[in-house]
Amino acid sequence: MKRTEPLLFVVVALGLLLALQAAAQTADKTAKKEKDGKWETADGTPTYNIGPDGTVDWYTYSGFRRYHSECHVCHGPDGEGSTYAPALVQSMKTMSYPDFLQIVASGRQDVNPAQQNVMPALGDNPNVMCYIDDIYVYLKARSEGGLARGRPPKRADKPAAADKHEKACFGTK
Amino acid sequence: MRRFALAGAALALIAYAVPGAASDDVLKQTANPAQWALQTGDYANHRFSKLNQITRDNVKNLKVAWTFSTGVLRGHEGSPLVIGDTMYVHTPFPNIVYALDLNDEGRIIWKYEPKQDPSVIPVMCCDTVYRGVAYADNTIYLHQADTTLVALDAKTGKEKWKAVNGDPKKGETNTATVLPVKDKIIVGISGAEFGVRGHVTAYDAKTGKRLWRAYSVGPDNELLVDPEKTMSLGKPIGKDSSAKTWTGDQWKIGGGTTWGWMSYDPDTNLFYYGTANPSTWNPVQRAGPDGKPIDQKWTMSLFARDPDTGMAKWIYQMTPFDEWDYDGINENILADIDVGGQKRKTLVHFDRNGLGYTLDRVTGELLVAAKYDPAVNWTSGVVMDKNSPQYGRPQVVAKYSTFQNGQDVNTKGVCPAALGSKDQQPAAFSPRTNLFYVPTNHVCMDYEPFKVSYTAGQPYVGATLSMFPAPGSHGGMGNFIAWDAGKGKIAWSNPEKFSVWSGALATDGGVVFYGTLEGYLKAVDEKDGKELYRFKTPSGIIGNVMTYTHKGKQYVAVLSGVGGWAGIGLAAGLTNPTDGLGAVGGYAALRDYTALGGTLTVFTLP
Repeated sequence: MKRTEPLLFVVVALGLLLALQAAAQTADKTAKKEKDGKWETADGTPTYNIGPDGTVDWYTYSGFRRYHSECHVCHGPDGEGSTYAPALVQSMKTMSYPDFLQIVASGRQDVNPAQQNVMPALGDNPNVMCYIDDIYVYLKARSEGGLARGRPPKRADKPAAADKHEKACFGTK
Repeated sequence: MRRFALAGAALALIAYAVPGAASDDVLKQTANPAQWALQTGDYANHRFSKLNQITRDNVKNLKVAWTFSTGVLRGHEGSPLVIGDTMYVHTPFPNIVYALDLNDEGRIIWKYEPKQDPSVIPVMCCDTVYRGVAYADNTIYLHQADTTLVALDAKTGKEKWKAVNGDPKKGETNTATVLPVKDKIIVGISGAEFGVRGHVTAYDAKTGKRLWRAYSVGPDNELLVDPEKTMSLGKPIGKDSSAKTWTGDQWKIGGGTTWGWMSYDPDTNLFYYGTANPSTWNPVQRAGPDGKPIDQKWTMSLFARDPDTGMAKWIYQMTPFDEWDYDGINENILADIDVGGQKRKTLVHFDRNGLGYTLDRVTGELLVAAKYDPAVNWTSGVVMDKNSPQYGRPQVVAKYSTFQNGQDVNTKGVCPAALGSKDQQPAAFSPRTNLFYVPTNHVCMDYEPFKVSYTAGQPYVGATLSMFPAPGSHGGMGNFIAWDAGKGKIAWSNPEKFSVWSGALATDGGVVFYGTLEGYLKAVDEKDGKELYRFKTPSGIIGNVMTYTHKGKQYVAVLSGVGGWAGIGLAAGLTNPTDGLGAVGGYAALRDYTALGGTLTVFTLP
């Protein structure tokens, strides 16, 4: 009998731990916090924020602009894809933040007799890399956040931190 | 018949003047209506055929004679050539060339596939299109995506020589066909979205040796201009005409690329082409030292140059200080038409900026500049008063000036959109009606410029834009129009659901042909645009319609295979940023109508 008590305790404790973990994981999906106008999930991954009246955070808006300057000539308007490049509103449903960074920076090739798809390496392009989080959160908002096609109707003001980051990234004063 | 005889006489004269030149052969081959010997139909870019077996009365009986799959999926621009009993078909990247035997049901005589580094693919703005090979003196001239120019023996497909025109690592690529003229092959370059500095270059047709290069922007000696003799709007262009219209050395990454069609007039001994946009798309970054607009010559300009030396005879800048990406590269059609009651030797050009220009092609005098789409709103028109300091310049409407509104501001409702009232898809001219048949876009945009920095080989754009069908119109994104270039008036206009991205063909049978993005080959009546025939090809058409005869029978052929600029925006459908203006059907996505795949479809009468 003596021996069962600790076992029971372990089982209960394990169950509790699993329950807590599950709760934490559920919280991960929705919980996000804001720092200087930039939103991130509990594990520190950048994310979007869309207010009840449709106001998007600055970075999501900035991502909309940068996407439609640097990416849309292949990936189509609003991440909807073109005749020769994938629709990112689909790809981003399953792509992790690290994978996204890696593919944008290093590019990738899918060249075979049936098709020649080549994503360029954009790692040394400051117009992309200085705004890589912006583009990521914009595409996430499009793929899973319910952000409609077209220009976000309302946006938050540009935070001082965004300005600071921009200048540091481009090496300007 | 008289025209024919005159052409023959001109041919004989030139043949004596320059023995053995490529232009002798091009003139000879293009004078034979049984063939389609140049992408543009002839040197004048008429895209008109003297063939008349297919008429307004019998075109309704047209049937598919045979088809050919190119094996390539991406956007198929340009058209096949037919020389004698051989058809030459090209593809987009990897730029395959097929020689097909018309005597043996299109059997492949030879196939040439160059080996290119696939890293060139994403450096090409807007798909890996290629607008076709050229032919002269038993040689096929292929200009690959990676800018390698190859001369192939037309009988065997064996390489004769190769030359490299640019560096894709810097964003230099090719999409255009080449112009064989005199003993030279003249080629352009793409890549203004990568800050490429545009130029045209001549290579020896026999050896591939580089002979001269003329830049669009920069110092006089590299432009190949004479400050005293090169004219613009009736005056010498003067010293440093280009360099002084840029801030500092911005011209070095200034754009002005040369990816359009070229035309040539043996009488004036001039060839004609246009130059693309200045880089970046953010005009604020390109402002003058005083913060005001500065012309950025000679981007967005029409050039007339001597093919022997490359020297410019005249230049006309259509859109000084571009604020909307209205490249000036569209074709220049050389036609002798009545303007103001006088027969003039004209050059007619339908610019991306929405204005149809008629110029005297000998002197460069501006005769007509008028909107060929009523939706065009960024300008109130071009000043035609020769005494005005604004002579020849478009007047910009402040509301639609992306520069005046400033960077980080979204300028709304600009017509046309960046893809222009017309892009490269070439128009046709019929000497029967003296009308120009023009495939057009009917699309407007919101445009927000912002700051970008330049990195070699990386995109250098600097604006975000969204496009939508012209508001308050028929809801479609295109029109096919007939244009009177002497008067600057639309004769008739057919609405189309999508932009018309296919080159037109006019014929002596009174039938005008063009393709649509849904994939229809359409035949219309030259006098009123009434539809006489349509057939749905396997994919959307961005290629150009051509015609030829084989064993005395007339055929019409077109490449289908959707893609290109049209494949970017239209595949996903365009958004409507101004709720309430929407017209039903206008936002329908092209992907609901067609899918990828390159196919040649050849039609004839039963």
